[in-house]
Amino acid sequence: MGKIVSCGNHGERIRSDCHVTIELSDVKGLDIQLKSKVKSLYGDAIIAQTKEIINFFDIQNAKIQINDTGALPYVIAARIEAAIKLLIETDKEFLPDFHSDLKTPETTPRDRHRVSRLYIPGNSPGLLINAGLHHPDGIILDLEDAVAPDKKHEARFLVRNALRAVNFYGAERMVRINQIPAGLQDLDFIIPHHVNLVLIPKCETAEQIKQVNERIGIISIKHNLTQKVWLMPIIESANGVMNVEVIAGAAHNIVAMAIGLEDLTADLGIQRTHEATETFFARSMVVMACKASGIQPIDSVFSDIADMEALKENALNSKALGFVGMGCIHPRQIKVIHEAFAPAIEEIEKAKKIVIAFEYAQSLGIGVVALGTKMIDPPVVKRAHHTIELAIEMDRLDKNWRELQ
Amino acid sequence: MKKFDKLVLNAAGRLVPTIVNGKQEIPFQGIGKHRPSGRKYAPTIPTVLDYPEDGNKVVSSLQEALELCDLKDGMTISTHHHLRDGDLIANQIFEIANNLNVKDLVWLPSASFPCHDPLIHYLENGTINHIEGSMNGPLGRFTSEGKMKGCAVLRSHGGRFQAIQDGEVHIDIAILAAPTADPFGNGNALYGPSACGVLGYSLADYMYADRVIVVTDNLIAFPCMPMQIEGNYVDFVVKVDKIGLPEKIVSGTTQITKSPDRLLIAEMTAQFCLEAGLLKDGCSFQAGAGGTSLAVEDYFHKILLKNRWKARFCFGGSTEYMVKMLEDGSVDYILDAQAFDLEAVRSIRDNANHCDVSVFHAYNFHSKGNYAGMTDIVILGATEIDTNFNGNVVTHSDGKLLHGIGGWQNCLHAKCTIIPVPLFRDRIPVIVDEVTTLCGPGSMIDVIVTERGIAINPLRKDLIEKMTGSKLPIRDINDLKEEADAICGKPTKPRFTKEVVGIVKWVDGTVIDTLWKVED
Repeated sequence: MGKIVSCGNHGERIRSDCHVTIELSDVKGLDIQLKSKVKSLYGDAIIAQTKEIINFFDIQNAKIQINDTGALPYVIAARIEAAIKLLIETDKEFLPDFHSDLKTPETTPRDRHRVSRLYIPGNSPGLLINAGLHHPDGIILDLEDAVAPDKKHEARFLVRNALRAVNFYGAERMVRINQIPAGLQDLDFIIPHHVNLVLIPKCETAEQIKQVNERIGIISIKHNLTQKVWLMPIIESANGVMNVEVIAGAAHNIVAMAIGLEDLTADLGIQRTHEATETFFARSMVVMACKASGIQPIDSVFSDIADMEALKENALNSKALGFVGMGCIHPRQIKVIHEAFAPAIEEIEKAKKIVIAFEYAQSLGIGVVALGTKMIDPPVVKRAHHTIELAIEMDRLDKNWRELQ
Repeated sequence: MKKFDKLVLNAAGRLVPTIVNGKQEIPFQGIGKHRPSGRKYAPTIPTVLDYPEDGNKVVSSLQEALELCDLKDGMTISTHHHLRDGDLIANQIFEIANNLNVKDLVWLPSASFPCHDPLIHYLENGTINHIEGSMNGPLGRFTSEGKMKGCAVLRSHGGRFQAIQDGEVHIDIAILAAPTADPFGNGNALYGPSACGVLGYSLADYMYADRVIVVTDNLIAFPCMPMQIEGNYVDFVVKVDKIGLPEKIVSGTTQITKSPDRLLIAEMTAQFCLEAGLLKDGCSFQAGAGGTSLAVEDYFHKILLKNRWKARFCFGGSTEYMVKMLEDGSVDYILDAQAFDLEAVRSIRDNANHCDVSVFHAYNFHSKGNYAGMTDIVILGATEIDTNFNGNVVTHSDGKLLHGIGGWQNCLHAKCTIIPVPLFRDRIPVIVDEVTTLCGPGSMIDVIVTERGIAINPLRKDLIEKMTGSKLPIRDINDLKEEADAICGKPTKPRFTKEVVGIVKWVDGTVIDTLWKVED
């Protein structure tokens, strides 16, 4: 009997996934056994897909068992390939086609809004396919904490295939890799596949950023990639907090820095509270370092998914502190966070007045502008422009607001 | 007796039998085309001389009552489904029939539940010939695999009333579980350990059956008031230890969905109703007790409160969410044929504006009007919708029968029918080229709301116009189908044999489609 390997998930509560067991066999030919809840609709298609992948990897004789709970084709492909690569050494990759919206790789704007970023466990296909429909600014396929250690291998294939095959409906395509150095290997599975931004967890040094960028450079050359990949280090330890300034300025492709309060409070040996006063200093440090380096400070996730009032309170406090966004662990948090971070009516009205006054002054060739008794200098105008843009994007202001004045 | 014979194409283009279980059937003629004439069916004339003067109709056991009703081969036995998955009576009836060696019975439930799976044994051994009603879960699979001796007949709640009233179905014995009853046979569902609120589905049974048995586990002294079952129609009363399991009588489905995707669909549905001007002050609506429907109802509630609007009536089945609306003044009346949870039971008992109505008022083809048609918005489910907006609620895409019709067909008569459904469930597309089984014609289905877009029936030009410029993703139903196929792959069609295992009736009693035996 040959080596038997398995990848994927099955069980009573598992949906939209499949579990694949493969054994290289001495008996000639492929013996494929399929158990599937969609067998009458897709049984033939699943068998054909399995044969195609097995043939691609030049496997002639094998016994394959598939227990399917309605997995989509890119999931089935990921599970089979992950299993095969536990059996044989090969550089070949069975890659699904890119989704039709992704034919041209694009770099996302450096300063695009990142108010909400939704974490999706990297090994849970059921949650992946509809994530973009909830319109977060970013979707994070999480290879780190959300994936059990014995599932890291198969999750990489699933995340790779998801990056290629899933429609993110305009959300920035993010992946949280594992802690460096293990996370460096994750980069091979995501950089060539249209990832926009990589989150580097438990970041403590500039050296870690350097290692990530070196690896990205090597992969980009190998695959002739031209698009930029942005980085978002996550500060999750006392060491990280004390090095925020160096980390924030460690590379030009760092566009944002996040703070992770679950790990940070664990590192500090303190309890995390809804009010978050215990991490006020650390969060302020992150905000200061980001502002000083011209990058976006992003607050931690709020873990109580049932308490929307507390989330709102938390998000308003984050905004007041200078953060420009938060993480989400449930799609229903997105709307609350967007509403909390959206500019208030008074802010929008003030911004409109500043922009109009500034434009009027410019049209008269006047360099210095005053609104009431207050002078308006360029940073104030820039912030007003930002407020207007954010308000338009968040449906708080009509894009033709000038005509509607 | 031929199980089925003489197949013809009906007006919907579906091949249907015109002989079913030895009886003549009328193929679907088109919506509103079939108009039965003559007089309604009437049961035999009873006289008070045959009933005890002291009004005590209690007999010692269900078996005795059945024997006194002269239970014999080929009879039609009806039950209601108000005890839902907690019903302990239906199985006992056929166990007794089996013990008495009675064969070829027809079971006419208003719905069946997983608790009725043991009846498969009596279908296999010939005690029951076939079921006319709904066949869920294992009973549905049993039917689809061609194992039922006779041909299954699926009717809507309204269609059941129609069939009883125009004589298409003759009930020999109605056995009606009543959570509270008196010895005369008056019964209600407001009190007792098995209280389920209302008994709206039992009206036709006790009015038209030749013989009526009331079974209760809470026998009280006369009078049992209010009377949801009128004792003057009742032959015998039986006291048993338990008619139902309370924890299963309260439906397990009456919780708002926690799925973010389903919540998104519900939110889009409510927003659509608001923007289309359907949800407004004085409006009326119905939503089922499924997780997504309840979420829609909850969003409706928030919109009503925000705008200080009041709906005139909500149409049950009722749940705690509907009761909240009634109690905070968001709706004037709940009109209710079934109560899904204990809050609803409490409300119907204590609140005069929570009113007990029946299928006769809401859905029946032979009534002089239906409440369903007066309702502004109904929210329904479906297993499949095709690109012509035709709907299927009884079979899954694999061709197997898994659900009953319930009030679904009847609700299609509302002013606006909205079906919030995921574009695909796991990998199974909901929007398809052609429904496996036609339960509702596309001209009666107005809006499909999926997480990836909202399709408005092209016939509803008014809605299309109202939604012009909306930020909601209004899309062509064909685009939605293409997206589903792109994600899931194109499914193969289920493979059927040429054997008819059941028919689906339209609300007027004609045959709208056929259920075929699935290939092994």
